[in-house]
Amino acid sequence: MSDINELSDKEKELQEFFLIEKQKAQINAQIHEFNEICWEKCIGRPGTKLDHSTETCLSNCVDRFIDTSLLIARRFAQMLQKQASRDM
Amino acid sequence: MSMANVDKGELISQVKQQIAVANAQEMLTQMTQKCFKKCVNKPGTSLDSGEQKCISMCMDRFMDSWNLISQTYGQRLQRME
Repeated sequence: MSDINELSDKEKELQEFFLIEKQKAQINAQIHEFNEICWEKCIGRPGTKLDHSTETCLSNCVDRFIDTSLLIARRFAQMLQKQASRDM
Repeated sequence: MSMANVDKGELISQVKQQIAVANAQEMLTQMTQKCFKKCVNKPGTSLDSGEQKCISMCMDRFMDSWNLISQTYGQRLQRME
């Protein structure tokens, strides 16, 4: 008699599948977001191919956006800490 | 909740398909907005050949951009591990 709290092998497999697909979907959504932002910054008039400077711009854009994200997260945490210590 | 009656293979297949469709829809929505913005500056009574050509190239460049960004992001994620 199987325990009602125990997941069957099938359920475990499905759970892992959903977890992986969810992660993949999140990455995909992030790529769409980067593409939207960096297209605006880097693409002028659409040509017959992406020239080298455009490719560099797009590539830099992704990295700088992530750097910005990290910087803001760090500084925001500091701001919250400062606020908290002032309120004590 | 019992999953005894669920066909695992079919469920996996359906979910993958739905995700693919959602991704394609997002791609399409973005592409349409971006390329309309780039190529149709003074909307006339129809799309002229210049605008159509621009839209066509824009679609290809959009995909190029998407692929390059996907690659860059993948590399960054690997570096961050």
